[in-house]
Amino acid sequence: MTIQFRDETFRDDYTFRNSRWAIERFPFPFHEDSFMYSVNMEQHRGGPAGSVYEKRFDVDEHYVSEMRDRALVLAEDPLRCQSLPHMTLAGWDLLELIMVAKSEDYPDLFQLHRDGDRWRWVNRPLGIDDTFTFLDDTTLPHGPMEYITRQTQGDFCVLDQRDDNLWMDAGMVTTQADWSLDFDLGMNFFEWHAPVPKAHEMGIFQRALKFLLNIQQGAPARRLNWTMTVNPLLDTSPENYHRWGIQKTTLTPENIGRKQHLRVELQTFFRLPRSNALVFPIRCYLCSFEDLTTVSKWGRRLHRVVRDLPVELATYKGFVDNRPMMLDYLSQFDDGLPTSPGIWPDLETEPPLRMG
Amino acid sequence: MTKFDFPPSIKSRPVWGTLQARPGRHHLFVADAEGAQAILDVATPDLMAGSHIIYVPRGADHADALRALEPAQFHEGPSYAASVPRLRRALQDAKMGLQVYLAGTEGVMGQAMAEAVAAGIPHTAIQTEHRGSTARRMQCVHCKGITEDVETDPFVCAHCGLNLFVRDHYSRRLAAYQGVRVDAEDHGNVPEPRGIYE
Amino acid sequence: MSGGEKIAVRVTEKTPLNDLVTRFRFEAVDGRPLPTFSGGAHTVVEMKDGDRNRLNPYSLMSDPFDRGSYTISVRRDDAGRGGSKFLHSAVDVGDEITISYPVNLFSLDLRARKHLMLAGGIGITPFLAQIKQLDRSHGHWELHYSVRTESLGSYVAELTAEHPNDVHVYYDDRGQRIDLDALLRGQPLGTHVYVCGPKGMIDWVHRTAEARGWPAEAVHSEEFLAPEPGKAFTVELTQAGKTVEVGETESLLEALERVGEDPPYLCRGGACGQCETAVVSADGTILHRDHWLTEEEKAAGAKIMPCVSRFEGTSLVLDR
Repeated sequence: MTIQFRDETFRDDYTFRNSRWAIERFPFPFHEDSFMYSVNMEQHRGGPAGSVYEKRFDVDEHYVSEMRDRALVLAEDPLRCQSLPHMTLAGWDLLELIMVAKSEDYPDLFQLHRDGDRWRWVNRPLGIDDTFTFLDDTTLPHGPMEYITRQTQGDFCVLDQRDDNLWMDAGMVTTQADWSLDFDLGMNFFEWHAPVPKAHEMGIFQRALKFLLNIQQGAPARRLNWTMTVNPLLDTSPENYHRWGIQKTTLTPENIGRKQHLRVELQTFFRLPRSNALVFPIRCYLCSFEDLTTVSKWGRRLHRVVRDLPVELATYKGFVDNRPMMLDYLSQFDDGLPTSPGIWPDLETEPPLRMG
Repeated sequence: MTKFDFPPSIKSRPVWGTLQARPGRHHLFVADAEGAQAILDVATPDLMAGSHIIYVPRGADHADALRALEPAQFHEGPSYAASVPRLRRALQDAKMGLQVYLAGTEGVMGQAMAEAVAAGIPHTAIQTEHRGSTARRMQCVHCKGITEDVETDPFVCAHCGLNLFVRDHYSRRLAAYQGVRVDAEDHGNVPEPRGIYE
Repeated sequence: MSGGEKIAVRVTEKTPLNDLVTRFRFEAVDGRPLPTFSGGAHTVVEMKDGDRNRLNPYSLMSDPFDRGSYTISVRRDDAGRGGSKFLHSAVDVGDEITISYPVNLFSLDLRARKHLMLAGGIGITPFLAQIKQLDRSHGHWELHYSVRTESLGSYVAELTAEHPNDVHVYYDDRGQRIDLDALLRGQPLGTHVYVCGPKGMIDWVHRTAEARGWPAEAVHSEEFLAPEPGKAFTVELTQAGKTVEVGETESLLEALERVGEDPPYLCRGGACGQCETAVVSADGTILHRDHWLTEEEKAAGAKIMPCVSRFEGTSLVLDR
């Protein structure tokens, strides 16, 4: 299908909306009626046609507007994109991975013409047509990682692998769930996850690290993570928290359906060939409660997950104060019927909401 | 003087050790204030014969005791900032095998560690020992300004004036803990400051 | 699939270099470009030797950015279990074999101000790829290469011709030896040292560097162990409900694969940790030969690495 790119904003007047197509392909993160941390990794080798898992780097209707929002963030704060000097080769690896994947997966939108090291890259949605020399930093307007991630949805952490650990040594981070690349740059896997409650004690990070260290070329992996955001704000950074934090208090029983968004991260992991680094793209999808609950299975399940989440996790994810209001709203979509296993909407098979 | 027993914390918070003499031909010590005591505890004539000590007294009275150890080189700096060029010069033509020992406050140890790491020494190979003040070096995540010697939580950012709460999340690269606006979700509701370890 | 992604390749060159070492060139059967890799990576070569499947890891020595072909150099090990002898004698130009995607357990630390490389014998091969990678990025490196004799000095002529100021060769038969003490003493901060060669050389470098105050993180080594033959033994598998005889020249991993088990692996040489298996009970002695388990873990006897370790005794039961 041809994607109709929306002209919308993720700040100020918040004109972001999901089409019906985007709602039904939303990566709903709960495979059962409760949530607890797990490593939950699986191979990233496609998925059902039209789903966000189908392509290596999903492009959707928000692409052009998300890239415009990223440019605004970077103009205000260039420290959101940083690469320690030894990570340049990994940046070229990433540029190649994305250009090859997008040109193969979306040939009508992106084209890559290679003549030895002389490469021409055409990005139709963003109106880019650049010719450069692969591995020659002087032929691009930005470093290779910044150049390609200004054209790709999602945040990117580029992790150096050494001493049996992963190190956050480069990244493009403008749509994050409240963590600072500038602060975490140079940390190892355990250090940058240090503020996450419970998971350390459960051994989650030990197991996840072991898995990630062994990800091999040609065998990428993926998992989902989630949090909550009031308003479709992409840039929920600590840097700007003193400005956006107050938005959490603007929820009312009347506006919560439109304003409260479930924020899902599709995290993928690729081994980069020349640098032996690991790239960790974190793609953010937003969906309002109002839109999510149009899928009857998701409405029932979201209510149960939010209701039963341990208080430490609701606090860490930043919505513990709003939880009672969320539950008041969501309970009208939970008629107590059982839900089918798995994350898919099951539109044909799940019964519609039985109105009280 | 007894050493402060830091409470258990998250995995990004540094864990300070106890200095021990290690094999090597050259030894570089950086210490401030009460950190001198840690050097006095570990010093032997053999170790001192290959040692360069950079010491910032910050009002403490240990410089003469350190001088009396007769290290190969001794420098008393008026401030940490004023000592940085000398530290960089020492690291500039040092060889692999140089042993680095840091002692004193978290702020000075953290900054000197960042210098040594930038010079090519893995952070795990650098020895540390905390002595003296437990005040923290804080970075405001909003304006990026550094406030030195913070003893209370919350505190006022010395640059942008926001009231910040003191996290245990620590950046080795910045040599600072993270400070985040405490009243971001309820402007003006700032708790009464208390000592960080109270 | 337990060894990761695989590639079907054809042998397009077989070049004897000297009495012991032969070089093989591989190109993809489907004619597509091979994956790029990072200097220090290896590939696991699968050989069909009658009804026996041999899998041996070899360092990739070609230019990591050259996607047209891969090359490896194989030293014939007459005392070994026959994998290298099989490659030397039974694999020829035109043959099709399967290799794994490149895996790197010996990568360069790209933060290093200087890369100091120490090679012994056939341990030169990963450095050949690393040197090509570093040359492309104008990296700062220096190689010290110890060989038995001039005639057994694989790639000495090429290296010294291309890099006369950066390559230093030492001949055992002339009594020449790397002056490791002096070398380690003079290196600037930020130098990383890499060693690949016989076990004795690797241990010597680690020991000397530690004694000279080098941080462990700045000392890198790679030694693939070839599984050693030993006495035959029997192993019982609780999950599979099978009993397996491990032959004298067969590794435990190979025996598991022969009966249809599929333990994960990346190196088959005791380094990657993938095939780690829990021991349910053991009446006898586990002969640990890997680099993966800690000394404490080896002493505890609760885990075994089937790729290189063996067993002597009356009964071994594994959780597999």
